[in-house]
Amino acid sequence: MIHLLTSNWSAFISGFGWTLLSSILALFFSLIIGSLFAILEVVPNKALRIIGNVYVEIFRNIPLLVITMFFYLVIPLYIVKINGFTAGTIGLTIYTSAFIAETVRAGINSVDPGQMEAARSQGMTFWKAMRYIVLPQAFKYVIPPLGNQFVNLVKNSSVLAFVAGFDLMYQGNAIASQTFETVNTYVIVGIFYLIITLPISYYMQHLEKKLA
Amino acid sequence: MSSMIEFRNVQKYYGEFHALKDINLEIDKGETVVLIGPSGSGKSTLSRTVNGLETIQEGQLIVNGRDIADKTTDINRIRRDVGMVFQHFNLYANKDVLENIMLAPRIVLKMNEEENKKQAMALLDQVGLADKAHNMPSQISGGQKQRVAIARSLAMKPRCMLFDEPTSALDPEMIDDVLGVIKYVTSQSDMTSLIVTHEMGFAQEVANRVIFMADGQVLEDDSKDKFFDHPTNERARQFLSKIIKH
Repeated sequence: MIHLLTSNWSAFISGFGWTLLSSILALFFSLIIGSLFAILEVVPNKALRIIGNVYVEIFRNIPLLVITMFFYLVIPLYIVKINGFTAGTIGLTIYTSAFIAETVRAGINSVDPGQMEAARSQGMTFWKAMRYIVLPQAFKYVIPPLGNQFVNLVKNSSVLAFVAGFDLMYQGNAIASQTFETVNTYVIVGIFYLIITLPISYYMQHLEKKLA
Repeated sequence: MSSMIEFRNVQKYYGEFHALKDINLEIDKGETVVLIGPSGSGKSTLSRTVNGLETIQEGQLIVNGRDIADKTTDINRIRRDVGMVFQHFNLYANKDVLENIMLAPRIVLKMNEEENKKQAMALLDQVGLADKAHNMPSQISGGQKQRVAIARSLAMKPRCMLFDEPTSALDPEMIDDVLGVIKYVTSQSDMTSLIVTHEMGFAQEVANRVIFMADGQVLEDDSKDKFFDHPTNERARQFLSKIIKH
């Protein structure tokens, strides 16, 4: 197995790098997009709430692979040429953002409504009350489930392999088919995924304890 | 004297349920009005319509010269002048005591930071909690929370205060301190106060006027002395006799 690792070192590392990059980009953007749609789901304006709901329900209930294929095949056909990595990362971002929206919305809903009422009663706008009072409290509730979403995101990034995203899974497939050392290859791929996901799990547990 | 709060034929529904039935009231500037009645009578709902936390379906509700029911009215502008004290305090759980008082003056009134802090400390001093300035709400007692909540409302320099059962969630030994602070607030000559309470002794002490509600209607609206000595409404008489027995 060591030989397999060293002789394919550059392929593994490059796959690891693309997986890491895709995960970081998707994490960053899905957190922003997800939080935005979470807020849309609780605003007083009914039309905005419906938009938020529709977005979440659509992307939460379609397989990640289908979303990714859509961006990989359909977008280049009609709009703009994008490569597999970009398509996969966009698909991953949108899919994850729907789950993050649900998680953050649940966090917002678990904040005592009296907090919003008090803030509004002092003349704060809905947005100011959200920003200064409700969201800071909601994020505390949301950290444990958000950690799960981040770990899922890293694992789901393996979808890039289907659209030639050059990620860890893609490289693993390539190495396995060249060397026929199938088992060893996927063990190494699994270990590389753990290198990303275990620290996230550990850090989230730490954060959870610190904030509790 | 001109009026601070005026209800004109106000109707409020929760779905099918008729929560406020044709309310007509006029509360003058500087008055202290106590609102009493059995639970479910609509007194909390009525107080919460005054700053728009509950919307009304029909009629006009004029607060400080502006009609709340009018869609063009800026509700946030009205709320600056109308303080509210809640049954469950609702202190901002993510802010310490001092920040609870300073936040709204800073971000709503854009008050100068130095002046804001000076005012906040003075208010804390007034409610006897200057030493708790840097505690979190979870670290102080219910009575202390409610006194901070009153200070927080006063920091906006309101013209009118709404007290929605301010002592109902408190342990008995905490009630007096809170009532003392409310009494001080209502004694300011230019402050208009609407107090929903079950504390009859306190009502007798601070009120100029008592309103009795039941089933979403105002059944009696009298000066304090007349109400407690000779209530004219039968329901009000029954209510008083039950309360005084305990």
